[in-house]
Amino acid sequence: MADGPTRYIGMPHKRLEDRTLLTGGGRFAADLSAPGQLHMRVVRSPVAFGRLRSVDVREARRLPGVVAVWTFADVERIPPIQIRLTKIGGLEPYQQTVLARDYVRYVGDPVAAVFAEDPYVAEDAAELVFPEIEELPACISATEPPREFMPETLPGVSSEAACVTKAYGDLDAAFAAAHEVVELEVAVGRHTGVPLETRGALAEFDPAKGTLTMRGAAKVPHYNRGQVARMLDMPDEMVHLIQGHVGGGFGVRGELYPEDVLVCHAALRLKRPVKWVEDRQEHLMAANHSRDQSYRLRAAVDARGFILGLQAEVFSDQGGYVRTHGVTVPDLSAAMLPGPYLVPAYRADVHVRLTNKTPAGTYRAPGRYESTFARERLLDAIAHALGRDPVEVRRVNLIPRDRMPFDRGVDTLGTRVVYDSGDYALLLDKLLAYLDYDRLKQALAARRAAGEHVGFGLGYFVEKSGLGPADKAVISIDAEGMVEVVTGAASIGQGIETAMAQICAEVLEVPIERIRVVHGRTDRIDYGMGAFASRVTVMTGCAVKAAAEALLEKLAGAQVGTPASAEGWFRADHMTYPYGIHAAVVRVDPGTCAVHVERFVVAYDIGRAVNPMLVEGQIVGGAVQGIGGALFEEFVYDANGQPLVTTFGDYLMPTLAEVPPVEALVTEDAPATQNPLGVKGAGEAGINGAGAAIAAAVDDALGRPGAVTRLPVTPIRLHRLLGERD
Amino acid sequence: MKPAPFSYHAPSTLDAMLALLAEGGEDGKVIAGGQSLVPMMNFRLARPARLFDLNGVAELDFLRAEGGWLRIGALARHAAFHRPPCGGPTGALLAEVVRHIAHYPIRQRGTFAGSIAHADPASEWCLVAATLGAEIVARSRAGERRIGAGDFFLASLSTALRPDELIVEVRLPILDAGWRTGFCEFSRRVGDFGIAMTAVALRVESGVVREARIGVGGVEDHPARQPAAEQALVGQPVAARAFAAAADAVAGAVRPMEDLHADAAYRRHLARTTTRRALEQACAGSGS
Ligand SMILES: Cc1cc2nc3c(=O)[nH]c(=O)nc-3n(C[C@H](O)[C@H](O)[C@H](O)COP(=O)(O)OP(=O)(O)OC[C@H]3O[C@@H](n4cnc5c(N)ncnc54)[C@H](O)[C@@H]3O)c2cc1C
Repeated sequence: MADGPTRYIGMPHKRLEDRTLLTGGGRFAADLSAPGQLHMRVVRSPVAFGRLRSVDVREARRLPGVVAVWTFADVERIPPIQIRLTKIGGLEPYQQTVLARDYVRYVGDPVAAVFAEDPYVAEDAAELVFPEIEELPACISATEPPREFMPETLPGVSSEAACVTKAYGDLDAAFAAAHEVVELEVAVGRHTGVPLETRGALAEFDPAKGTLTMRGAAKVPHYNRGQVARMLDMPDEMVHLIQGHVGGGFGVRGELYPEDVLVCHAALRLKRPVKWVEDRQEHLMAANHSRDQSYRLRAAVDARGFILGLQAEVFSDQGGYVRTHGVTVPDLSAAMLPGPYLVPAYRADVHVRLTNKTPAGTYRAPGRYESTFARERLLDAIAHALGRDPVEVRRVNLIPRDRMPFDRGVDTLGTRVVYDSGDYALLLDKLLAYLDYDRLKQALAARRAAGEHVGFGLGYFVEKSGLGPADKAVISIDAEGMVEVVTGAASIGQGIETAMAQICAEVLEVPIERIRVVHGRTDRIDYGMGAFASRVTVMTGCAVKAAAEALLEKLAGAQVGTPASAEGWFRADHMTYPYGIHAAVVRVDPGTCAVHVERFVVAYDIGRAVNPMLVEGQIVGGAVQGIGGALFEEFVYDANGQPLVTTFGDYLMPTLAEVPPVEALVTEDAPATQNPLGVKGAGEAGINGAGAAIAAAVDDALGRPGAVTRLPVTPIRLHRLLGERD
Repeated sequence: MKPAPFSYHAPSTLDAMLALLAEGGEDGKVIAGGQSLVPMMNFRLARPARLFDLNGVAELDFLRAEGGWLRIGALARHAAFHRPPCGGPTGALLAEVVRHIAHYPIRQRGTFAGSIAHADPASEWCLVAATLGAEIVARSRAGERRIGAGDFFLASLSTALRPDELIVEVRLPILDAGWRTGFCEFSRRVGDFGIAMTAVALRVESGVVREARIGVGGVEDHPARQPAAEQALVGQPVAARAFAAAADAVAGAVRPMEDLHADAAYRRHLARTTTRRALEQACAGSGS
């Protein structure tokens, strides 16, 4: 089989998912209803920080159509929401309860939940809930010195929840030997993934079976099932989480939030189905934010710009609570900051600080969008300090191919970071050739000489993908030859049905049309890790391959039409590391201080692409989001912690009009060495280096190296940078 | 994001609508395209107890040129301006400006008169009305008033309209071929409300500006003409120097609002840019 002709893997097969979606057959959370359902509305704190003295729900309860109004007293037996990833000790005090207990910690913090016969009444009633809050001065900066987190009820507990440190090599020796020391302070603003579908859920209790089912799950249904069961004191098998269509995930959707638990708890207690669909304003203040990190970097470099040592102090604004991601973002920031460069000595200290903003979690390329921006700004600064070409300085620092596999010297997400394969210089060469780099530089110089403000910039990065520990798939074939692939993965719209079907079709040699892929259902398979960290194609894909091979073995010699079923596993101790470069050409209009992205190119080595069209789709979508974070999207707070950006009138995601066609240059020069398909992940390729590339291009366009120190580069910031000149 | 309770009324004649308004007092509100009112109701920033739907009042659905005026009935939608609704510079200006208002689906519902009544500081139609000297025809059971645009817009979301009055029509002067018009707007993204915009109409004879109307929107709490800039331009040859002087005069005269997307200094800078570019556009290809 292995040496037969490739018919599916590597082909740009059209998405199996799309017919249903394009013909209006999608079933998203808000499409679901159950007879007799109640509607939940969450009452949220209007202040950023304060002591919650009482919540008056009497008037709300009296409104006709209201069935229940809950405050913390009604849910006090439910434990706080646990940390799913990178649980380090000492974070317990920072976890969020499903309704606020004694303090409110951000505008949007749930203080009560209303359950009513219809969503209008629920919203009317929510207005009649009156929390009595003694407002306290809000903290909105993670670079301010830490203070007490909840002084009255948790005296002595600091707003610095953790400090993540990663280090290797002899930093003192590096600085002692330095030809020059380059220092830099940069920051990435607060923004996040904003799926077009807001969060939503429908929970139902079946008294006959004793089971609780929550639809509207996404991302990590199996893990969340376990958590809901634990929090509501039920056996795992009696709780089902089911995913329908999902209108985008991006790291944000599908984590376990207070609202999910409230809906499930209400279905049990009120003995009626309970539906909740958040509105956009809630979404923008209650779903996880991300980014919001400041970096102070110091690099010891030699005369060629080779980094002898790098020291970083990072401040990560965690917002009001530590949610399910624990310190994942800070951990990845510290682990991935050195990127594709050798950097023989290194130390990063990431301060994880609570503020009075919406809690933060992961967003596509968590910790990498930020650290790539910081690192690549540093590389540009080194080039400028030494009067050298930025591309050449990068070349001097790249890890050479013959050093692969390369032990980065740090751990992240519980595994050692070992770059499995890569030819970083080759990808750079390919990109420069693709761009016709020298000609491009000349053309831009000519336009600048003619008075235009145009510039070029790039950002190099290493991605990570395929987080273990394991994945399972079960494949069955029936008498008619129809194949069902049951996985523990989750679809957040990324096309996993297609990719899994391609892998299965390739091994079984059956037409892809005969294959149905199941995912996102805890009632169909007992093990599943879900979809995050660009892991599905690698982990679930290899499990599907194993299951298909096991099935073939079972069927060997059997009669055609024999039904059979087999399971397959894939385990991995290490992640696999794709890499890429973003390059941007921008034009600054000094009259409006707007930045126009004229060209955006993503060069990316995927190892091996199961479906190049899907890879390209991931890259294009990611790039648009990356451009959003670089130029448009930001959650701004005033000095009292009031969020100023709570609607799409102010949270500006780029549209087709603001982005150029994204050019994807996908290579397969460095297949993964740790998995039988050779695949690496694609999910975060498009976004990782976008901030870095655009910042460099803006500098170049202005002829002012180092001008951009903060994302997003909004017109108002650029105007301040330029002074008032036409 | 669900509105507070309200009662809904759908009259089919103007008289019935005016009767509702007369008794509706402060808690009644007209709904036209709903593209501003519905979001405000959903955010519960507006809580009309009674909603009077204008969409069934067919007699107000008109858009025609008549006696030197473009008569825009209260139900004329933004999308009706995608093609010039009349000849000459006025029609050309309207067809240029409409592309900057929101997005295509919103333009299918939103009305010209609704924009005028709503009086958003960044409304393109309010700017055009102020620049060209529109007449707003307001009717109530007590009778009809014609209000000049210069007296109509008072502040952000505030006009001279009384609660019992309906805008039945807005009239724009149809400029003759001796005029040239131009428009420039800056918004963060295509379709967003503009942060600054300028509309201009110039009467040019033998390369010299004889009359000038320059209006700026999105910068102050309501769109308004810029007398200093107009004076700076009249009598000047059509040339970059004169445009720059007029743009400087705008920048010097405006008292800009501040918000998340623009502080005063940046808005002032933008107003200078949009003014210069609107003037350049008006005179592009004029051969001077
Ligand atoms: C996403 C989005 C983007 C937008 N971008 C822009 C933009 O860039 N530029 C812009 O100008 N607008 C923009 N708008 C607003 C849009 O143009 C509205 O259509 C317009 O402001 C109001 O017109 P309407 O017919 O929808 O009025 P409605 O929303 O129905 O009413 C608005 C107000 O006017 C009153 N009213 C309406 N008609 C009359 C009348 N005949 N007499 C008296 N009072 C009346 C109503 O009582 C209400 O107070 C945007 C809207 C959205 C949703």
